[in-house]
Amino acid sequence: MGLRDTKLMAHLLRRAGFGATHIELEDYLQKGYEATVESLLYPTDSDHMPEDIIRRYHVDQSELRQYDAAAANWMYRMITSKSPLEEKIALFWHSLFATGYSKLNQARSLLNQIDMFRQNGLGRFDTLLLELSRDPAMIIWLDNDQNHRDAINENYGRELLELFSMGIGNYTEEDIKECARAFTGWTLGNVEYMAMRASKDSIWPYGRIAWHFGYRPEDHDDGEKTFLGETGNFNGEDIIDIISKNDASARFVATRLFQFFAADEIDDEGEKVVEKMMESYFESGYEIRSIIRTLFNSDYFKSGKARYARVKCPVEQVIGTIRLAGSYQKPDLGVNEVASQAFYMGQGLLIPPTVEGWHEGAEWIDSGALVERVNFAANELRKTKESGVRSIIDRMSVQNGHALTPNEIVDLSLDLLGSVDVGENTRTALVQHVREKGDVDLRNTSPGDESERRVGELLSLIASSPEFQMA
Amino acid sequence: MVSTKSDRKLVVIQLSGGNDYMNTIVPYTNGLYYDNRKTVNIQPTEVLDIDGEYGFRSHMEPIKDLWGQGDVAIINGIGYPTPNRSHFRSMDIWHTALPDDIGNEGWLGRAIRELDPKGENVLTGVNFGRGLPRALAVRGVPVASVGNLETYGLFSDISDDSSRDLALETFAQMYGNANGGDAVMKFLGQTGMDALKGADILSTAPAKYSSTVEYAADPLSQSMRSVAQVLFADLGTRVFYTQHGSFDTHSGESATHQQLWMDVSAAIGDFTADLKEHGREDEVAILVFTEFGRRVKDNGSGTDHGSGGAAFVIGSSVEGGMYGEYPSLKEQDQLEGDLHYNNDFRTTYATLLEQWLGLEAAPIVNGHFEQFSLFKN
Repeated sequence: MGLRDTKLMAHLLRRAGFGATHIELEDYLQKGYEATVESLLYPTDSDHMPEDIIRRYHVDQSELRQYDAAAANWMYRMITSKSPLEEKIALFWHSLFATGYSKLNQARSLLNQIDMFRQNGLGRFDTLLLELSRDPAMIIWLDNDQNHRDAINENYGRELLELFSMGIGNYTEEDIKECARAFTGWTLGNVEYMAMRASKDSIWPYGRIAWHFGYRPEDHDDGEKTFLGETGNFNGEDIIDIISKNDASARFVATRLFQFFAADEIDDEGEKVVEKMMESYFESGYEIRSIIRTLFNSDYFKSGKARYARVKCPVEQVIGTIRLAGSYQKPDLGVNEVASQAFYMGQGLLIPPTVEGWHEGAEWIDSGALVERVNFAANELRKTKESGVRSIIDRMSVQNGHALTPNEIVDLSLDLLGSVDVGENTRTALVQHVREKGDVDLRNTSPGDESERRVGELLSLIASSPEFQMA
Repeated sequence: MVSTKSDRKLVVIQLSGGNDYMNTIVPYTNGLYYDNRKTVNIQPTEVLDIDGEYGFRSHMEPIKDLWGQGDVAIINGIGYPTPNRSHFRSMDIWHTALPDDIGNEGWLGRAIRELDPKGENVLTGVNFGRGLPRALAVRGVPVASVGNLETYGLFSDISDDSSRDLALETFAQMYGNANGGDAVMKFLGQTGMDALKGADILSTAPAKYSSTVEYAADPLSQSMRSVAQVLFADLGTRVFYTQHGSFDTHSGESATHQQLWMDVSAAIGDFTADLKEHGREDEVAILVFTEFGRRVKDNGSGTDHGSGGAAFVIGSSVEGGMYGEYPSLKEQDQLEGDLHYNNDFRTTYATLLEQWLGLEAAPIVNGHFEQFSLFKN
């Protein structure tokens, strides 16, 4: 296993997960690239922090009414999961089917939606759209509970076509109305219960059960509809079948997956990969897992072109840094603040600005967001008592029988911080920073010692670099 | 004191989600309003009368007071050709001033570039909130985006000054020379340097500020307080931006819309009072806009996406009054169930750019548009 394998594996894990520590990388390298891809695509044991342990510390995690508690709950999963793609794909669908807390007033339903993304996010696209159309949080968010046989509300019908599948330009205003008609009667099943609970509210110790789906045939418009040129007495399932077999949907799904997992910008070569991904979409029966496999195993993905070709979204920045630092491995009330940090950087989990989700790519970066990103990452990696930082320091100290020169410690730090590549300019700046105070002697140190503090400072500065903003 | 164009500022408040025009400037003497708004309406007894025909919705008292002082211009029937009812697209159109093509330059970003062509002041434009709106985004034009003014700055948690200085120096070296990389790296490098410069200057603003005005706790009021702090610190900022929402009231509109306008009105009222307390009211014009109005008919509990809305320009220098025309509510005059816009939003933009900020509007708003006479001479 050479340096090239390590760099490629680090790249894969930055995309399929939230980056990997030097210890995790060693394990993955044992397994090999393609076997790692397969194990990521079939999440079996995520071994995340258990719910009962979380609840022991967070009273608000029993009720899960507020979005900050729910966002923290998801953050624990992302921080501790051993199946990172399971969380990453949920994040992908959450960005695409952006559902917000504001109209729900119950975050548990939103977390149920995220769980649905975990279960179906790598499976068939048509199944996913079906589950999405039955998802109570989505029904409330886009008003399908107000979509009646005698008075359609076209909000969900419109966004299903514009934002969730084919994209604008592939259907008419008339198709939107017909689509909305097909989804009449797809509504909430426990409105009365929720209204009753709302009138005698208590948040502790037992909360409300979540919203759930209900189909009301008497409120469904069973009449004939013409949708994308096909005519029949369509119900929602039929609409999803017609959408899923459309080329525009294949292109939409492949493009969005490419941008999320490979590169923000699609060049000519990237376009060829997207076409291969579209082929996988049809060959596999719309299976997302197959499309991603095609991408991860493509030469393009493995080449230098895809390396650091994406701006990390704030959640990747936050979770990636925490996983490297090894902080928040146990329930900690501060994790609610961690969820807020991603919001300050421009990405509030479970509270997307609109149903369009976030503006991604280079638009994640503006001076305000950059200040937040840098400050957060720098603070986490300065924590020399946290297990991740400790393991880096330990590794540095055992490997060397002498004080480390500025060049040595910079290269070691870059390597141990999940194999980060930086340009010559950044490397020079880091070396110069260490040189100000001379060599770093890590023999027989303990946390809090000056030389360990200096390692923390160096790791902080690597996390502050322009390169670290990229995945 | 009459302000000169060089010290005039524009404060923009974006109402995100599509504000319901008919329930903001209420045609309460028109029976068609109540015919179409059977459940989601403002009763005549609650309306704050404007001119015997129209009225502000309830809970807009601070704006009604400013109206009484002649400081509020209501731009009726504002919109653009071929309305698009997608939030994303419609807001994009407002942000880029391009109704027909996909633009990638924000109109205010362009204005900032004209106000400060050499990019000498990284604080010519400041956004208060998280994430930069497209209206302010033009590659190469620095705009500060400030979440919390009190704690704004790089490595602000390093308590030891010499360590912090050293870290800032390394940061400057990493970002200042990042121009060897690709376009994104260069952009990152530039943004990093802008952040460094902007933070140094902005951090001085809160300490200089004192006022008897007590702003409310909601995010918009707090943002407006930060606007006042930066404005009074005289850092050369000419364009301030913030937003409030969500106005996407498909359901449960009555309660939500009322709360939102309580927030907006109080924030504008307090901000204006603050300006007056500091004798700075002549320097500021406030633009309030939204991406679209909503359907003429309600849907039983809210209103769906529509077109044709209202914007407001507020300030002591503003010639208050009704501008544009309130669109007809008659069915035959509607546009697919929506109010028909009768004045292009770029008319208002051009007016603000030329008459207020002293800029040539055409290259910024992509064409020549008629202008209102919005300001007192």
